[in-house]
Amino acid sequence: MAKKSTSVLGAAALASMLALTACGGGNSAGNDAGGEAANAGAGSGSAEKITLKMMHLWPAGSSKQQNMIVNDIISQYQSDNPNVTIKQEILENEQYKNKLKVLSASNDLPDVGMTWAAGFLTPYVKGDLFAPLDDVLGGGLKDSFVSGTTEAYAVDGKTYALPLELNITPVYYNKAIFSKYGLEVPQTYADFQKAVDTLQQNGVAPIALGNKDRWTGSLWYMYLADRLGGPETLKKAIDRSGSFEDPSLVQAADEVRKLVDGNAFNKGFNGLSNDEGKAEFLSGKAAMYLMGTWELPNFTTNESIPQEFRDQVGFFKFPTIEGGKGGIDSWVGGPGVGLFVSENSKVKEEAKKFVKFFVEKWGEQSVTKAGVIPATKVDTSKVDLPQMYIDILNELGKASNITLFADVQMSPAVAQVHLNMIQALFGKEVAPEAFAKQHEEALKQDAG
Amino acid sequence: MDKVMSNKKMIALYVLPALLLVLVLIYVPIVLTGYYGLMKWDGIGEMTFTGLDQYAKLVRDAAFWDSAGHSLLLAAFSALSLLGYLAAALVLAGEVKGANLLRKLYLIPMLLSSVAIAQLWAKIYHPTNGILNTLLGAVGLPDTVEWLSDTSIVLLSIFIPIIWQYAGFYILIYYAALKNIPTSLVEAARIDGASPLQIALRVKLPLIAGVAKMTVVLAVVGSLKYFDLIYVMTGGGPNGASEVMASYMYKQAFSSYDFGYGSAIGFFLLLICLAVTWLIRKLTSSEEVQYS
Repeated sequence: MAKKSTSVLGAAALASMLALTACGGGNSAGNDAGGEAANAGAGSGSAEKITLKMMHLWPAGSSKQQNMIVNDIISQYQSDNPNVTIKQEILENEQYKNKLKVLSASNDLPDVGMTWAAGFLTPYVKGDLFAPLDDVLGGGLKDSFVSGTTEAYAVDGKTYALPLELNITPVYYNKAIFSKYGLEVPQTYADFQKAVDTLQQNGVAPIALGNKDRWTGSLWYMYLADRLGGPETLKKAIDRSGSFEDPSLVQAADEVRKLVDGNAFNKGFNGLSNDEGKAEFLSGKAAMYLMGTWELPNFTTNESIPQEFRDQVGFFKFPTIEGGKGGIDSWVGGPGVGLFVSENSKVKEEAKKFVKFFVEKWGEQSVTKAGVIPATKVDTSKVDLPQMYIDILNELGKASNITLFADVQMSPAVAQVHLNMIQALFGKEVAPEAFAKQHEEALKQDAG
Repeated sequence: MDKVMSNKKMIALYVLPALLLVLVLIYVPIVLTGYYGLMKWDGIGEMTFTGLDQYAKLVRDAAFWDSAGHSLLLAAFSALSLLGYLAAALVLAGEVKGANLLRKLYLIPMLLSSVAIAQLWAKIYHPTNGILNTLLGAVGLPDTVEWLSDTSIVLLSIFIPIIWQYAGFYILIYYAALKNIPTSLVEAARIDGASPLQIALRVKLPLIAGVAKMTVVLAVVGSLKYFDLIYVMTGGGPNGASEVMASYMYKQAFSSYDFGYGSAIGFFLLLICLAVTWLIRKLTSSEEVQYS
């Protein structure tokens, strides 16, 4: 879930519930919202005229670079194919999600649009709204994706969207704070615990965390589960071939409890948003921050953050736990948004062609122009990027596994249970055993 | 003109646009919400009719009743705070120096959007840099209170900004009502030797009883369906400690994609609000006092 930004306009959200029910029936809506692409190459072309509708969530205001790349790719495609006109409709994240839902209820999805992986995508696939894209992936395109990324969009063996973004979650740390207290980058979890202890004894918050958003705490749990039980244990517990009451998953919850008891996180984390948690790290009050690579611009190119601070930030891989099954090159992360083609599109073939074109072009530009790591492989020797990007991209090449964010893997209802349980676990309101049991019950109920 | 207005057809014509809007935007969605509450629906795919299953689930859902409890607590809190507003309005409506300025000050929170208020109070409550903890520390009290993450106090921490937010609104209503009381009545009472307190309790209050009843309904129903600050400040967390009915409904519908259940909660919420309104009107029904 790219940045998982929750645009919070409570009243508007409630109102939209009414609006949804009100216009769920026959609203076809136009492409009136958002800018329209330059209509290049009009008039010429021997083939029949085709208009493709594309809906995306990168408005020029808040996602300037992404928006520019999209426009570039579209005008390039239109000049290559003069008979095709591509109309864009652009909405902000939350509105985008709501509109997508309304349009699918009235069976009026755009020809091409954006979706998230797994749990978000499944209801659309079950409703026969997205077209399988395996034919697009054939012919070598699949090999250009980082392995494991397209699978996140697969349901019953068929792939229904092609990912554009890929994020992994390193632990960022403040080099200045570490050297001040004579700390090294921890190689093992025992080292990490020692570092945490040293920091908190010196009055520095070891880890910045804003757990009001809940998925932030989930990252910590996921890594502990991965390092203790290996990448398969959590995955299997969720897909029901295993159990959430597996000893390593319970132990991971217990390790979280120990971290909380050891004052590893900044104060009041359960009431702070991710942005507020991040502020603790950015202001140098906290020493470490576990977060997705979408934060990389803040530590490299973002001019609004002091150069001095950006130079202090490094990252390390979540350390391995002695006796645990997970290796150091296993990551928590996953693809962000991907492109789908509507099953009911009248110009499905053209839409598929465009999606293929888009994914290829996007992969060439997104990291250099927008700082977004694409799900397609990037040749680091050919691009000019800040060192931290190069390091992360190289790590990606070495990655042994990428475990998709738990709340994305799970169905929306189970994800809510998981997220609430995470908050309760971090707040020490639920014991590790009960934590596992509640998950197990929710998963069972959902499967049955 | 009179002729036009007495023509039934013309009346219908003039009323029609507004009537249509109200029907389409309010009553039809209410009926639809009740209908969706009978369905199992993820908001995207097929709906399946499940009868009263969702409502049965609702009745057994402990998390829902927790949130309902929080909503009722907020309603009680708001209703009690009306007394404070009334007292403030009585003072303001008397000839106090600076009343004009104070009235405007009280109204300012009303002018801010809920999201801005939420951000403001989140800063005040910040566990390390917040002004509240800093002040507490400065006077030697414990300054490590985690206002929004301690499950035992989070609800109270949220109620305070809500009360603060609406203070100006109710004070303004009371103020306007008090200003409507003919000065001759107050003067007559004064000549008869009534103290200011007696005037307030025996003359002014009975005269604005109608307005007071209305504010009780407004405050209670407004609290029952309250959503904004809670959603922005805590999202109903930690782990449901500050969840109210409306935020629970939102979560079920938009986070868990359970539109059927979300609609059932929404419809139930409507029923509760109607019942409470009826109850309040019943309890406070009495002859309105009129002096003239």
